[in-house]
Amino acid sequence: MTPRTTFNYEMEELNKEITEMAHASRTAFERSVQMITDMDFSLREEVRALDKRIYQLNEQIDKHCLDIIALHSPVAGDLRLISACLKMVEDLNRFGRYATDIAELIDDFEGGKAFKRFESLRTMSCLVVGIVDDAVYSFLQRDAEKASHLHERDDAVDALYDSIFREILTYMMEDPRKITVGIDLILVARYMERVADHACNIGEYVYHMVTGERLDPKLRTGNVEQAPCGIFEHPDPRSELDLK
Amino acid sequence: MTTAIHTDDLHVYFEKNHALKGVTMDIGMNEVTSIIGPSGCGKSTFIRCINRMNDIIPGCSVKGAIMVDGADINDDDVDVVNVRRRIGMVFQKPNPFPKSIYENVAYGPRLHGVTETVDGKVRRRKHTKEELDGIVEHSLRRAALWDEVKDRLDKSGTSLSGGQQQRLCIARTLAVNPEIILFDEPCSALDPIATAKIEDLLVDLKKDYTVVIVTHSMQQAARISDKTAFFYLGDLIEMGDTKQIFERPQKELTEQYITGRMG
Repeated sequence: MTPRTTFNYEMEELNKEITEMAHASRTAFERSVQMITDMDFSLREEVRALDKRIYQLNEQIDKHCLDIIALHSPVAGDLRLISACLKMVEDLNRFGRYATDIAELIDDFEGGKAFKRFESLRTMSCLVVGIVDDAVYSFLQRDAEKASHLHERDDAVDALYDSIFREILTYMMEDPRKITVGIDLILVARYMERVADHACNIGEYVYHMVTGERLDPKLRTGNVEQAPCGIFEHPDPRSELDLK
Repeated sequence: MTTAIHTDDLHVYFEKNHALKGVTMDIGMNEVTSIIGPSGCGKSTFIRCINRMNDIIPGCSVKGAIMVDGADINDDDVDVVNVRRRIGMVFQKPNPFPKSIYENVAYGPRLHGVTETVDGKVRRRKHTKEELDGIVEHSLRRAALWDEVKDRLDKSGTSLSGGQQQRLCIARTLAVNPEIILFDEPCSALDPIATAKIEDLLVDLKKDYTVVIVTHSMQQAARISDKTAFFYLGDLIEMGDTKQIFERPQKELTEQYITGRMG
């Protein structure tokens, strides 16, 4: 008999739960971005349902991790996985919350015309979806190398957010009737910027989980020029999102 | 780290059985070092070498150096009785003598006597009653047993509980003023409360002694030791700071053993 059968079973179950949560969080955020890119408001219900499931999984995984610690005293790689799960669920949960916030906020925005003017918001959405994808897959594939580069791409997102903020501010100053839609657009950009930050947190946990080392703070000082984000290499959001 | 014990390419054979296969390691002074590994990996064999307990096993041969204080304890001119005084040992099962608590602790000092220099001449004499009383009280206090037995020192050592008997054995070891104390699974026959008392005691003892403990409880090794060494099939696989071993072991075998997937 394999030693620690019950413990191995619990770890496999935990892995299934966190994998489901990672997929659900990634999908929820993708769908909310798809609402922006396609103006497809029918996706709103799906985002709400996913957010509900993400919240349930957050509670379930949190409890499961504490049970395993209390009953099985995990060490080494097992302990690092549990530590990563305990922290990751908070960030994955935030993906779901921000996805819902974006989905609730998005209206037709003047028949989509507002978005056409803010192409940079589309670009930002592509970039953030890419970071979220890589954060989730770095965890699923235990890929420390992928996890270690997320911060560099986050710098590009931050720069884009600043640029979008100034752009929309100018737009609102020119035409005060656009303030409502302008603020909504700024909030959407802000939520996406926060999602990228949470994705970077996941990268840190994954790096520690896989290597046992903390991510070198020097890696966090990248800039837009150095970032291998390829933000202008994916003009079509569909190619980034792999949407059907 | 000051090294208390250094082993160099230590091999142990029980006739044809190669029990230890070239163990080279340093054990730090005033540290608790845990030896972990599955049954038959050589961990008890290793610590029994350190105070030459394997000498009494027929067919056992030891090769390689065990340096304590700059001298190899296996050298021909080394007095094995003195080695075992300087390097005490506490075993798995408490083994008090069938004598009073007082006599259990006083036995060692009475046997060794006092060596002193008077007018340039080295001479040996017996302890006075007051000296023995002082050693017994000090040793029992150091073993965290004094308050529990001070009113019944004339009672038999075997009348104590298992945990108290084990602390009595520790007091008996301390009474001859050793430098190093070896513990071979000292808590395996004890309940959790008695185990916790022994663990607290071991951590406290490292202020004055070098402590080496063989344990099957990885959580115990994690709780009390500064360094942990993992043995497997007679080889020292990995040794390092306890936190490093239990948080991010460098060797796959160590990871498999401490996570319970092997052994």
